[in-house]
Amino acid sequence: MLQEIEVLLIEDNESDAEMIIRALKKSNLANQLLRVKDGAQALDFLFCEGSYQGRQIKSLPKVILIDLKMPRVHGKECLMRIKMNDRTRKIPVVVISSSKEHLDINECYDLGANGYVVKPVDSEAFEKAITNLGSYWLVLNEPLQ
Amino acid sequence: MNQKVEVLLVEDNSSDAEMTIRALKTNKLADKLLHVKDGAEALDFLFSEGAYEGNHLGVLPNVILLDLKMPKVNGKECLRRIKVDERTRKIPVVILTSSKEDPDIKECYDLGANGYVVKPVEFDAFQKAVSDLGLYWLIVNAPPQ
Repeated sequence: MLQEIEVLLIEDNESDAEMIIRALKKSNLANQLLRVKDGAQALDFLFCEGSYQGRQIKSLPKVILIDLKMPRVHGKECLMRIKMNDRTRKIPVVVISSSKEHLDINECYDLGANGYVVKPVDSEAFEKAITNLGSYWLVLNEPLQ
Repeated sequence: MNQKVEVLLVEDNSSDAEMTIRALKTNKLADKLLHVKDGAEALDFLFSEGAYEGNHLGVLPNVILLDLKMPKVNGKECLRRIKVDERTRKIPVVILTSSKEDPDIKECYDLGANGYVVKPVEFDAFQKAVSDLGLYWLIVNAPPQ
């Protein structure tokens, strides 16, 4: 993998992942996107382990979009590991989840999530939310250099 | 002050503050905005001290927009105090500054900033940036409860 990854999307649900990628594509923001299906794969990518051994660790994504309910390493566990490690803690992590439980929202902020977006049920609203999220996190917000 | 404040704008420059408020107003996102002129006043508001004594602590803004260069308590110190206090650390804090210096960006993320936006110099770009930022942080993003 020579190309730099701007967006790391961690989402096990196929249709949600497709919707997110499609919405970002419309704004031309999905060219440097890597989608992985669980937290374990995400951590392998970020720390250049497993199938990502040999990747340049200093190249960090501009934003990580993470689902909560996932197999193997769960979203919160993955968020915690990203935010506890000095090499990765400054990467903005945005939780995208169907849970609007106060407990989940507050816990994610406590673990260091930079943002938390509740997946709208309606597909048009979902697309609009992702478009806005993309223009904020990938265009406007200043990533680490 | 009994009304809930959704946006706490901490900005000493009057013309930047006016521009920010005007851009948020175009999307009707400035109805519950409180503008304070330095970090000391922001902390007084958040912790119900000084002029804000008796203010209900516990009703937290959805987002804090924080300038860096300010008199009395500067932006970084203000950010640090917000992020080390259990009562306020979950509130999303977005730095809105003219500095695109690498060390500033790194330091702010290290201190726990949720986002970092460089103020565009050009008027239209500034309006667009604040408008996008407002839509993201006030509509799309779920605040802590």
